[in-house]
Amino acid sequence: MSVVTNTTTIGAIDAPSRRNTELALVVFAVFISVFAYANVGLALNGELPSGMLGYGAGLALLGGVAHLAVRRFAKYADPLLLPLATLLNGLGLALIWRLDQSERLLRLPSFAPAASKQLIFSAMGVALFIGVLILLKDHRILQRYTYISMVLALILLILPMFFPAQFGAKIWITIPGLGSIQPGEFAKIVIAVFFSGYLMVKRDALALASRRFMGMYLPRGRDLGPILMVWAMSILILVFETDLGTSLLFFGMFIVMLYVATERTSWIVFGLAMSAAGAVGVASFEPHVQDRVTAWLDPFGGWGTHAASEQMAQVLMSFGSGGTLGTGLGQGNSDLILFAANTDFILATVGEELGLAGMMAFLLLYGLIVERGVRTALAARDPFGKLLAIGLSGAFAIQVFVVAGGVMGLIPLTGMTMPFLAAGGSSVIANWALIGILLRISDTARRPAPAPAPSSDAEMTQVVRP
Amino acid sequence: MNKPLRRIAIFCGILVLALLIRDNWLQYVRADELSSHKYNRRVQIERYAHERGDIIVDGKAVTGSVETKDSDFKFKRVWKDGPLWAPVTGYSSQAFDSSQLENLEDGILTGNDDQLFFDRTLSMFTGDKKTGGNIVTTLNGAAQKAAFKGLGGKKGAVVALDPQTGAILALASTPSYDPSVFAGNSLKDSDARQKLLKDEDKPMLNRALRETYPPGSTFKVVTAAAALENGLYDDIDEKTNSPLPWTLPQSTMPLKNEGNIPCENASLREALRWSCNTVFGKMSDDLGNEKMIEQTDKFGFNKEVFMPVRADASIYPKDNRPQNAMAGIGQASNRTTPLQMAMVASAIANDGKLMQPYMVAERQAPNLDVIYTHKKEQLSQPLSGENAQKVQQMMETVVKNGTGTNARISGVTVGGKTGTAQHGLNNSEKPYAWFISYAKTGNGSPVAVAVVVEDGQANRDDISGGGLAAPIARDVMKAVIDSK
Repeated sequence: MSVVTNTTTIGAIDAPSRRNTELALVVFAVFISVFAYANVGLALNGELPSGMLGYGAGLALLGGVAHLAVRRFAKYADPLLLPLATLLNGLGLALIWRLDQSERLLRLPSFAPAASKQLIFSAMGVALFIGVLILLKDHRILQRYTYISMVLALILLILPMFFPAQFGAKIWITIPGLGSIQPGEFAKIVIAVFFSGYLMVKRDALALASRRFMGMYLPRGRDLGPILMVWAMSILILVFETDLGTSLLFFGMFIVMLYVATERTSWIVFGLAMSAAGAVGVASFEPHVQDRVTAWLDPFGGWGTHAASEQMAQVLMSFGSGGTLGTGLGQGNSDLILFAANTDFILATVGEELGLAGMMAFLLLYGLIVERGVRTALAARDPFGKLLAIGLSGAFAIQVFVVAGGVMGLIPLTGMTMPFLAAGGSSVIANWALIGILLRISDTARRPAPAPAPSSDAEMTQVVRP
Repeated sequence: MNKPLRRIAIFCGILVLALLIRDNWLQYVRADELSSHKYNRRVQIERYAHERGDIIVDGKAVTGSVETKDSDFKFKRVWKDGPLWAPVTGYSSQAFDSSQLENLEDGILTGNDDQLFFDRTLSMFTGDKKTGGNIVTTLNGAAQKAAFKGLGGKKGAVVALDPQTGAILALASTPSYDPSVFAGNSLKDSDARQKLLKDEDKPMLNRALRETYPPGSTFKVVTAAAALENGLYDDIDEKTNSPLPWTLPQSTMPLKNEGNIPCENASLREALRWSCNTVFGKMSDDLGNEKMIEQTDKFGFNKEVFMPVRADASIYPKDNRPQNAMAGIGQASNRTTPLQMAMVASAIANDGKLMQPYMVAERQAPNLDVIYTHKKEQLSQPLSGENAQKVQQMMETVVKNGTGTNARISGVTVGGKTGTAQHGLNNSEKPYAWFISYAKTGNGSPVAVAVVVEDGQANRDDISGGGLAAPIARDVMKAVIDSK
């Protein structure tokens, strides 16, 4: 008999890879983005933009190549992540291109059109994404680099201190001829690798070898020490560089991973207490932070006297003017925000021109990425993969919350970029890499177990002769 | 590790939910407040994104819109013959807001008024370019021009009304200004506006509506009306009880007449013809402050007039006896706007019925459909038809062979009253020349006019209502009659 029969519970039939679903969704994402691009052109100039074909082809090429790479190198990966990233990136490009046409922004000395650069950065991001898929055969390899990641993360964080501050924050390193890089975005991934590697090894010690203190379990210093030090250092560095968003992000990521690793709720309490203390501490001596808090509490109060408040007020009016359905792409005046309209405040353009409906769609797209990441963590079979996936997706969620919450005035503005949407090379490239790693983990997680070798034993016992 | 993972999943869900709730709060609940916030420049951008409707006089637009390139405000207001029409239209500036009709009828002019909702919705489907509606005024171009020409370089104001309807026919104030010079929002506009604001002659003051003057002898018409209405005298040719000299009550100061005129016990007709201070001063005293206030209230004094542009309230105040006697001849604390005196003349010309003054005849939608037409409305009846005709006879005598002969128009019955109001402490400054009048043709009176000239330049002895103001009133009345 040539038919392989099997009595084990794991079927030999291939689990569905869902690659065709992914392809259809990518095509859809590209189509939507091209439609948005055409919409901007029609609204601003009354004709289909001349670059539409090039833009569409470029985006289709990026999505297509990425899809082929996934098909080839991560066959069982999550089918939603790539289309979501493609859609956000494509819409981001359309939004940036729309702001490029703003006469108001063009009058600003610090403003330069960013859409074509962003397309190049997206290509680099997709290249890195493919690189991750090809080179990282198994995410568990990253465990080997736990301590190297720690050093790398610290280097990435320290580097900008040696470069001049831009717009009040030292978060850029300038490479002559290439432009500025924001190493914090990459440090986010690297530090997640370090945390996962370290916590995976130490989780039992952290969770169990602890002393009870005021009803909470506190770990021993020698277990918690190194990780606390790295975390504290990165926070300190960021505070000195006045990159508040990123320090909040690191802190949140740290708490999330620690909680998942130790399964102890006391960590949340501990973390929240620390963050409250830290926030009050920073706010009391950092004028930069005080400005932001003032602007958050009373955005209209500082009109004409206080630039941060005024900008916040402009953003809020942008959202309000958009209303439920928005003005339509290209027909709003979100460029009144002027400075950083296409980076930190790009959501205001979404809010004004696509309205509440568009904003909710965008927030749900981000929510989907996060929940697919969490699902990947749930599905992962190894603790390192679980920790890395939850770390990355938790960081992504916190970043979205901090940026969108800041822009919408829910929390004080801290100044980070909306992943994929905002103009900025480092952000796009780093987030493509992040998606790449998540896909790799999900591929490993969803890959069906190899069919067991046919057991001659089984064959034999099955034969029942009357 | 899956239990904490699930909790983290919930936590991330809460983060997104918080953002969604905040977004709804911002873009749904607070949307109106934010989108119409005073700092929201979009309101202004939208306002100037379309061609503004026009203000129309005699079927022709006196305003217009031009496209501008230098800012995010696309259209700018322009006026054809700005100084001539500024007292009527007001201004509408990208940087400095608007006034008068431009302000009050802004909803129609921008096309945002709720009355235009269906029109707007319709043009949304037909894809028509959005434009504003028009305001058709009651003004008479010829009369307005005559008023401005008459005032010339002098400071003053002219108001002409149609007594039968209350329609404003002319509304002039000099010196005037050109609202076009600061309609934009550039530095040049700001400078031009500053220059106007600093000008000592106050060109932006609408003297016809917002300046109150002592009405001088023109007010004697009101005193005469009060005397007739209260039965103090019935026959305008009967002798009045008016000694000469007459001393102000509670005082040792005699009230003087201008020159040596026959005022002792003069009849109402003669007293008005010669403008006897003693007769009308005593008459006001005989009637008392309360009755005088009652009469002036009926003529529209003591409250603001909206037509729809606001005019300051003219004041005939509560006062002691000597002051009341002086107020009866238009001096002391008695102060009126030129519009108010035109209303007095029009009520008398219209046989005692005072019509509500108005200057917006029609509002038109952008497609020229008429969405509002003014219906004439009686404001009050200050005096009976019979008494009104008596005052008419008196006023006609003034023009026929009294102080107002300069207002005569051949072939037309004209009634009028001159006034030379003292001004400044102890009459130290140059007096104001007043003239109020009406013309009458076959079917009622088509026009009543009030003119005030506050001339600082003329020789003091030349200043008189009859000399300076009456010719202007005549030209305005003639322009109205000729254009019929």
